[in-house]
Amino acid sequence: MVISKEKENFYINILIKSKENIILKTENLSIGYQSKKAKTIVAAGINLSLKKGQLITVLGKNGIGKSTLLRTIAKVQHPISGNVFLNDKNLHDYTNRELATKLSLVLTDRLPESQLTVFELIALGRQPYTNWIDKLTKEDIEKVNIAIHQTEIQHLKNKRFYELSDGQSQRVLIARALAQDTEIMILDEPTAHLDLHHTIQIFKLLKKLVSKTSKTIILSSHQVNLSINFSNYILLFTDNNLHSGIPNELITKGHFDNLFPKETVNFNRELQQFIINNQ
Amino acid sequence: MEQKNYTKHFIILSVLLAVLFFVNISLGSVSIPFKDILNSLFGGVVSKESWETIILNFRLPKAITAILVGSGLSVAGLLMQTLFRNPLAGPFVLGISSGSSLGVAVLILGSSVFGGFLLSSSISNWSLPIAASLGALLVLSAVIIAANKVRNTMSILIIGLMFGSLTSAIISVLAYFSEAEQIQQYLFWSFGSLGNLSWKELSIFFGFYIVGLLGTFFIIKPLNSYLLGENYAKSLGINIKKSRNIILVITSILTGVITAFSGPIAFIGLAIPHIARLLFTSSNHKILLPASAILGAIILLICDCIAQLPTSEFTLPINAITSLFGAPVVIWLLVKKKKIFI
Repeated sequence: MVISKEKENFYINILIKSKENIILKTENLSIGYQSKKAKTIVAAGINLSLKKGQLITVLGKNGIGKSTLLRTIAKVQHPISGNVFLNDKNLHDYTNRELATKLSLVLTDRLPESQLTVFELIALGRQPYTNWIDKLTKEDIEKVNIAIHQTEIQHLKNKRFYELSDGQSQRVLIARALAQDTEIMILDEPTAHLDLHHTIQIFKLLKKLVSKTSKTIILSSHQVNLSINFSNYILLFTDNNLHSGIPNELITKGHFDNLFPKETVNFNRELQQFIINNQ
Repeated sequence: MEQKNYTKHFIILSVLLAVLFFVNISLGSVSIPFKDILNSLFGGVVSKESWETIILNFRLPKAITAILVGSGLSVAGLLMQTLFRNPLAGPFVLGISSGSSLGVAVLILGSSVFGGFLLSSSISNWSLPIAASLGALLVLSAVIIAANKVRNTMSILIIGLMFGSLTSAIISVLAYFSEAEQIQQYLFWSFGSLGNLSWKELSIFFGFYIVGLLGTFFIIKPLNSYLLGENYAKSLGINIKKSRNIILVITSILTGVITAFSGPIAFIGLAIPHIARLLFTSSNHKILLPASAILGAIILLICDCIAQLPTSEFTLPINAITSLFGAPVVIWLLVKKKKIFI
């Protein structure tokens, strides 16, 4: 086959461009827990290429490895084997401080009970940039205020974190991650304790942040419906596999059908949601 | 962090500290006119020469010791509470003071058990604080290792208490094989006392103390990030291992040197940081560290004033007074306050 010079350049450009667009890549990644005595592998052979500026949701049933995957690509825990690359650099080669300016987190960890105010807590997100005695510069304060503005929590600014409801504290934690000013933000089940209204609010907020700030946001969730609706890309853990793709593609390929055991729920492709099996 | 202005708080506390400092010096078994106290402190003419000696060589070093001990233990307690994210942590509860006691016991009692090179006459001014600091470091490291295995904070406290009784047991065994003279020497030390320090000893004390205290400036940032838990702290770029080791060493130095020179003193390290949090309603260590230090100094000066039983010839052990003060505070915290913060 003969390809014209022009066309060749066109394809090369696409190749380079798509390569530039990849923010996070995993190579033959095995995730799980390792202690001296035993190794528990949760998932193996994970090869992912995640693009910049997308809302990416990790779906799958309880205990299948969603959190483990997120914690591994966030360097909270180490891979059993394989590599994770952030901007083409191995995660292993990042220092904590360097990584802190690239990747921010919202975890399910309960915060220790302190008297931190909302502003103080969000301002802790500026630590990777502050000097040795943690002095906030004008720029830091501005970034904190922008984060407060983006998450619409101005009215909570001077409250203490322990006074907040679950929905409010989740927004504050997202604001803290925003103040950290990173290209990529990883959230582990940010809607876990929230009602439907607040869950949708969080999804809307994340969607808005992706489109306005061109951040890459990766979250795990149990909200299949909302994830299909709001995400640009989905990582779907089924019993034997990790499927990835845009929501519609995963639906037509029938991958959602195997998400949960058939005897409890069935996936309805037209409605794009699960229907309880009443048999 | 953007902060409320606490300047007023700090000014009031500093004035209170200065007043209590003079009150503390003016109290004692010998009553000395206030004019003569001022004169002996600021180099004026004193009516009686013995008064000048009492002020300059006994009461002044004792008041300074009270300030160093109170502030040092409070700072050490604050560091422990933040490191373990446990409001009931403190140098005494975690067995660190017991570790220092072990170091001192090995030094004093061990000389008769092991004999030879550890002769008690060779106990210099330096060996006591070093032995106590090493003992503190030993127990604290053990607690940290245990804390890594069990994440449950309640278990960590119990492990600390166990290390405490373990060291006591070792001390008992050492005492059993020791000579009466050494046992007495150790017992007197273990009652706790702010007095009896010469200026030379005090200067060594101050040297260790200031190293520990200045060190805390370098860990304000990690301490604040620990308020979010270890995973978040790491994600903010904090080197967990390094900052934890620094906290460990500072706590060991402060607790070690204080225990060496004034005996194991209870409750100050546990109770004062909570009082600081109540008064300043903050969890920011830029505020809490100086606040705990000043409050600790103030409270220990008050405790010492009470211990002297003004106008009487007796002095109660300082440990009894701090426990009388501290135990109710802790009970009140647990019973009354719905939330205990770190």
